[in-house]
Amino acid sequence: MDWRGWAEIVFTIALTVAIGWPLGLFMSRVWAGDRTWLDPVLRPVERLTYAAFGIDSKKGQTWLGYAAALIAFSAAGFVMLYLQLRFQNLLPLNPQGFDGLSPHLAFNTAVSFVTNTNWQSYGGEATMSHLSQMAGLTVQNFVSAGAGLAVAAAIARAFAADRGETLGNFWVDLTRVVLYVLLPLSIVTALALVAAGVPQTLLANVEAATLVGVKQVISLAPTASQEAIKQWGTNGGGIFNVNSAHPFENPSPLTNLIEVVSLNALAFGTVVAFGRVAGARKEARALLAAMVILVGVAAAAIYASETLTPQPALAAAGISNPTANMEGKEVRFGPAASALWAAQTTGASNGSVNSMHGSFMPLGGGMALFMIQLGEILPGGAGSGLYGMVVMALLAVFVAGLMVGRTPEYLGKKVEAREIKFAMLAVLILPLAILGFSAVAAVTPVALEGLLNKGPRGLTEILYAYSSAAGNNGSAYAGLTANAPWWNTTLGIAMLLGRFAYAIPVLAIAGAIAAKPKLAPTAGTLPSDSPLFVGLLIGIILILGGLQFFPALALGPIVEHFQVLAASR
Amino acid sequence: MSLTSNLRPAVVSMVLFTALLGVAYPLGVTAVSQALFPAQAGGSLIRDASGAIVGSALIGQNFSGEAYLRPRPSAAGKDGYDATSSSGSNLGPLNEDLATRIKTDAEASRVADGAGPIPPDAVQASASGLDPHISPENAARQIERIAKARGIQPLQVAEIVAQNTEGYLLGFIGRPRVNVLTANLALDARYPKAQAKP
Repeated sequence: MDWRGWAEIVFTIALTVAIGWPLGLFMSRVWAGDRTWLDPVLRPVERLTYAAFGIDSKKGQTWLGYAAALIAFSAAGFVMLYLQLRFQNLLPLNPQGFDGLSPHLAFNTAVSFVTNTNWQSYGGEATMSHLSQMAGLTVQNFVSAGAGLAVAAAIARAFAADRGETLGNFWVDLTRVVLYVLLPLSIVTALALVAAGVPQTLLANVEAATLVGVKQVISLAPTASQEAIKQWGTNGGGIFNVNSAHPFENPSPLTNLIEVVSLNALAFGTVVAFGRVAGARKEARALLAAMVILVGVAAAAIYASETLTPQPALAAAGISNPTANMEGKEVRFGPAASALWAAQTTGASNGSVNSMHGSFMPLGGGMALFMIQLGEILPGGAGSGLYGMVVMALLAVFVAGLMVGRTPEYLGKKVEAREIKFAMLAVLILPLAILGFSAVAAVTPVALEGLLNKGPRGLTEILYAYSSAAGNNGSAYAGLTANAPWWNTTLGIAMLLGRFAYAIPVLAIAGAIAAKPKLAPTAGTLPSDSPLFVGLLIGIILILGGLQFFPALALGPIVEHFQVLAASR
Repeated sequence: MSLTSNLRPAVVSMVLFTALLGVAYPLGVTAVSQALFPAQAGGSLIRDASGAIVGSALIGQNFSGEAYLRPRPSAAGKDGYDATSSSGSNLGPLNEDLATRIKTDAEASRVADGAGPIPPDAVQASASGLDPHISPENAARQIERIAKARGIQPLQVAEIVAQNTEGYLLGFIGRPRVNVLTANLALDARYPKAQAKP
């Protein structure tokens, strides 16, 4: 490690928050339906869209109505994407002549993109036609993120309401977020990426005759357009197998900076927008502080792990610097940019990667895994990060309320049994899906056939896969060969649980919160904008995640770390 | 509120969003990119004097022989640097296959370039299997062999390497790196293969 690496980590996080802040202010106007500078172009489009939908855009929905719309929309998206992938061989724009996907792979991939997970059981350049990439996967990159941001808008309104019945209109929120936020950001970012070297072409393969006289076939694709929304929408499903480690997806330190900023900026911005809409600016800053602290600590821990852990294989071969782990890392990024990306992508339910987590040192990879298990709230996925963090904040005020014997309040709303029950239901889905499926997979022969590494790292490959699926992350310990019926099916189920068994209880909480009267703070109210509250929140996040997953982590990355130390002695 | 009243917006929205986000957006970005940045949009391809494609400046290739800079080990495809099949090794630090591969590559490097210190990137495979770069330390280690093979001075090789080295962005972002393909192309252009020993 060196000072440049630390400077890159600090600078990038600061830049991300600095760009996210104004984006959040803008998004609060989009959520509120206020006028923006894009109105002259987009307002007419918006009106036509609502007419085509056949909805009254002024009419709000109850939490049940909002949830029903979310489910109907996701179901329609799933069916359409499944059919498109299954039968891509019959559709146009398939220059490489790829076959249709198998039923289990099409199921897994369709679920994956509709739930904003973007787990890749496939290698893009060897599986997906251009049409599947563009009209299938890119579309869900936008709208699954839009759906997450819509739910975030609903919960923000719930805290602003005073004995309210409705949470806003899902179709309006979805349409406005996609048109006013995601699409303009993606257009600008895609063009910047092309200028910096990312390809954008409908050609498929070009043949090169190399200097040493062999043929090299190079896969090309409309890369930049998907790259942009892949990051902004915290999607993470790359055009190519190795995602943003591929030199076409991410050719230089400059493109890496653009991509890593766009990975987290909107999630930070969503917290700012929440603060505006819910009338809780200072409290939103406290949520933001907890996110920044935890993602910064994770990046530092991974950077230290990847540059300080002795490596038995390098030491045995007499390599000059045997604690620098470059296996699965690109020279242009090095350990610092790789560590920072790993922390940001696992904190954010993005799941794109610029290095291979499966070749990280045990504690570095374990930290990435732990970030997913903390609930994808640091700063989390598009919308889902914010609503997950609000659930944690409710639990934090509840625990604090128990300690001092008062009815807990958050943002002027009493937090009572119903909200806490739904909050617990939501946060228990993650351990249920991760530990339940992992336990079964660890003793199921067809599941174990997919593993590349043996021993504790093999267990980590399993834990990582289900954590990634249930957390809607999408990154992998990619030694696992997941394109098999067992993995595609169980991971698909874990993704559905992680998305809907979380978002629906959150909407139920929003409905209950909206219906309560808005109270003024009293002397007995625990301030939720103080450093004390930030500490309490971080404590709740770590204790909840730590207690649930520590035993499993002890058998995976932690024991492997001690094996590495023993082998290097 | 019911699911049936959501049917129309669900289906219509998917059709409209597919047209806008899945067709108009990528095709529009493609058209503008091809007009404004044709070289980058086309994959940064490099052509020789006759116009034939020799590779992409962004995609690593295999190099063998004494007269060329050699790239990192690659796990892309069966023989490495298969640009239709990007992949890392995904091997963990205790995997025996990794230890064997690193030992073999380190020995080969010592045979080719002597006993000096070997930097990690010379024996550790990249994430993509297509890394176009090596570290400056890795390149420096190979200079003497290339100079000998081409019958020129090490300084002349070092100059070409330096010309194909990129540094930090803003002084601290990213890592210094040598582009193997463009450096080897420059070597061939300046000190043609005729001088290179077979």
